[in-house]
Formats: sequence, C-alpha cells, structure tokens
Amino acid sequence: MLKTTDILETIKMIQEENLDIRTITMGISLLDCIDSDIDKACDNVYNKIVKYASNLVKVGEDIEREYGIPIINKRISVTPISIISAATNANPVKFALALEKAAIACNVNFIGGYSALVQKGFSSGDKKLIESIPEALSKTERVCSSINIGSTKAGINLNACKLMGQIIKKTSEYTADRNCIGAAKLVVFCNAPEDNPFMAGAFHGVGEPECVINVGVSGPGVVKSALEKAQNADITEIADIIKKTAFKITRMGQLVGTEASRRLGVPFGIVDLSLAPTPAVGDSVAHILEEMGLEKCGTHGTTATLALLNDAVKKGGVMASSKVGGLSGAFIPVTEDAGMIDSARTRALTIEKLEAMTAVCSVGLDMIVIPGDTPAETISAIIADEAAIGMVNSKTTAVRVIPAIGKKEGEELDFGGLLGHGPIMNISKYSSAKFINRGGQIPAPMQSLKN
Amino acid sequence: MRAIITVIGKDKVSIVANISTVCAKNNANILDINQTLLQEVFTMVMLIDIEHLSDGFTSLKNQLEEVGKENELQVHLMHEDIFNSMHRI
Repeated sequence: MLKTTDILETIKMIQEENLDIRTITMGISLLDCIDSDIDKACDNVYNKIVKYASNLVKVGEDIEREYGIPIINKRISVTPISIISAATNANPVKFALALEKAAIACNVNFIGGYSALVQKGFSSGDKKLIESIPEALSKTERVCSSINIGSTKAGINLNACKLMGQIIKKTSEYTADRNCIGAAKLVVFCNAPEDNPFMAGAFHGVGEPECVINVGVSGPGVVKSALEKAQNADITEIADIIKKTAFKITRMGQLVGTEASRRLGVPFGIVDLSLAPTPAVGDSVAHILEEMGLEKCGTHGTTATLALLNDAVKKGGVMASSKVGGLSGAFIPVTEDAGMIDSARTRALTIEKLEAMTAVCSVGLDMIVIPGDTPAETISAIIADEAAIGMVNSKTTAVRVIPAIGKKEGEELDFGGLLGHGPIMNISKYSSAKFINRGGQIPAPMQSLKN
Repeated sequence: MRAIITVIGKDKVSIVANISTVCAKNNANILDINQTLLQEVFTMVMLIDIEHLSDGFTSLKNQLEEVGKENELQVHLMHEDIFNSMHRI
C-alpha cells in the first residue's frame, strides 16, 4: 500500500496549498464549418461546438469529484475565426455571438479563438476580424481573442502592431463601463503556440486534429511551500526541490488529461507545464521568487530567480508527461498574482523589469493596467518590444495590457474573479509614434535560417 | 477499481467503527487499514475496493463526509490513481 506520508502530502497540497488543475480545454476544429453564407456558417459553428463539448463540464466535474482534485476551468478553443469568416465577406461579429451562445450552452466560462495569424501580412479575412474585435468583445462575455503579429520565422508585422495598439485602446473604451474588461480578453502574440489551453490566448491551430483535450496545471502555492522547508539550501538544491514538485504537479495534469480524454472519447493533446497564479493568497509566482531570497519581487535578482524557476518547472514536468506543449513556463500576470500586485503597488516592480522577466519565462507583459490616456502608438511600441524579445529568442511572448479609460497612474482597476485587480503602472511618456507609423515588416532574424 | 479514504482529526472512540459501517453499507470492501496518532492528531488511511458499490461513488463520498462533519473530522474519499500517479513512477 502507499505510504501514509505520501497520501497526506497529496491531500495537503490540494487542501492547503491550492494545487489544482487550472483548465481542461477542448480544442475543436471549425474548418468544416466554412460557408459563404455567414448565418449558415454560424449555425455550423454553434452546432459543432455543442456536439463535441456539451459533456465537457460534466466530465470535468465527475473527475473532480472522484479524484478529489479541483478543476477550476473547463474551456473551449477553436480554429482562428479569421479563417472561417474569410469565406463570408461579412462582418465577423456574428461569429463571436455564435461562439458566445455555444459557450453558454456548454456552460464553459471562456471560449478562445476569435483570432487571426498575421505575422507576415493580412489576408482578406484577417483585417475584418481584427477591426471587429472591439465590437465582438463588448457584445460578449466569454469570447477571447488573440492575434499573432510576429514569429521567429517571419519577423514582426509592424503594420499589425500599429493596428493592434489602436484595437486594444478601442476595446478598452468599448467596455469602459465594465472596468475595461474587453482588453483583458485580448492578447497579442509573437510565436503563438497552437495548442495552448490557457486563456485569453487559446486557439485551435490548423495543424491540430479534429478535436483534442489539452490540460493546464497550476500550483505556485505547492512550490512555495516546498521551498519554505529549505531555508538554508543553496540555489542548486532549490532547483532540485522545484523540479521534484513540478514533477508531482504535472503528474496530476497527465492523469486528469488522460482520464478526461478517455471519458470524452477525444484524443489527449498536451499538458501545459505552467505555474499559473491566481489572486488568492498562497497562489503567487512572485511569492516563490521572494521565498528564494528577494525582499520584493521586482528587485535585482528577480530575472535570475525567475529563469531558474521556469527552467526547473520544465525539467520536472517534462518527465511527468508523455506530451508537453502549450506555453509551458511560469506565468507573470500582474493583476492575477497577489505578490505581483503588491510589488506593483509599492513600485518595486516596474514595466521595464517585467519586460526583462519576459525574456526568461512565458508569456509576456500580461494583465498590466496602464493609464487610459496612453497613446495607441505607445501600446503598439510595447507590443513591438515584446515581440522582438520573442522573435530573437525563439520563444512565445505576448502583450495583454489594459488601458484604464478615465483613470491615471496610481489608481486601481478591479476585474474580479480570476482576472484579479491591480494598480495602473507607470509607462514612458516619450513618443514612439514615428517608429510605429513607418509601418512595414521587421525582417526575420538570423535565428530563422536554421535549414 | 480502488479508492483511498483518509480521516484526519482529534482522536475519539469509534472513528474506525463509524467509517467501516459506511463502507459496509455501501458494499465497499476494506482491503487495508493504516492508522497512526501524530501529536494527538488521529490519521487513518483506508484502502477500499469500489468495484461493486451499491449506490455509486458520489453517494459513498457524501455519506463519508457526513460522518466526518458529525465527528469533527476531515474525511476524504479519493480515487487511488491520483496518489499512484503522483508518488510512483
């Protein structure tokens, strides 16, 4: 029989240290829903999602009950809608409404895939979809949108950066009465993964199968509490402890993913090895870094400790799962992490430091509230900077900033729930407009020439 | 299929009896029991066979948690696989 201490360790992780499965995300291909009549295409989309995912929440809850591990979110990702809507030549917002209706019917809290991939330029459907994002996100609550504007292979589409700066601002304005929540559901990527289970950036890539189950694990609290017991350990030992803990956390993801895919009769895709924080106390990535010896997350040493954490999580996780994918790394969403919120409030953590941190972890400048009067070109330049880090380092980076309409630095924005709350951060007052207005394509770097 | 019942709380008379009664009522065969007292905290781990439960997993879980509540004990019923996958390679 299993050792009592092992059993109690597992129970303690779940009960006291917030170990959970962050999300089971069902990816569904919508390629066979394409029709030149937009109403017919929307019906096809709705019917297909409901057909595959109507049982998703029930199966998730059954597994939760039997295994005793909380599964926080059950979600759906779909083929980038720009591909589906291109055939219709109509306003794609109807697709967003169809996705929303399907999400409600399946009782999932988010559906991702109101997306377009434009790293090398816009096809006919792409621009229409991007321009419809503010309306789509203001008319829906569960739909998430993501746009890929750069990649190591293609370089950075600066025209798309420019457009996305305007779109993010407009989306915030359209949802200003709801704490600008629209912008919290909109991500701009460089090197977007096609099998990411996490929102708001999840979409079902065209290379993916018909339908697939992807799992995102969590557990910053478990890692922190393991480190608390190692006060006098040197940093190599710390890396080892994180590896062992990540192994255990990931095994949960592997188990839940395999079981969910068996019960739903859908192939198992990947486990995303990410430490995803929540605003709850004891579920913070920043607090892990502080446990390693920083007075406050954001001070000197933050990038080094984060690099170690990110690497150790992968090393531990990769052996625990037969299929690893998605973003796989530590997340640093400011408003979703109690420690980050605290550091941002005291200005220990600045946007410049966050940018440096994104060079060594997934995903990027995530859930950062900026002043409402930030010029669109400045947002575009933030996107270009972040995309450059991703492009050169052959990694995923992203920007999810929320311009707090009508608010200034020092004030706070509260989204509630998992999206959390946070202070408006200080950004540079100097203009980047001339650079952004040049337009064109930043050429792919030497790293792209691997053949 | 097997599951593990864990009981944690203050030691008192008839904890084992109460839990075993629920198992018997639900036709869950007890395969192994391990109990210890750590600084007055009673800890019991029970391995049971859930292949032939009379009224399903959820019902057994609810009944066990009910007994836990009445006796101020933390009682969990969890599928064995979660522990195996975490602690065994």
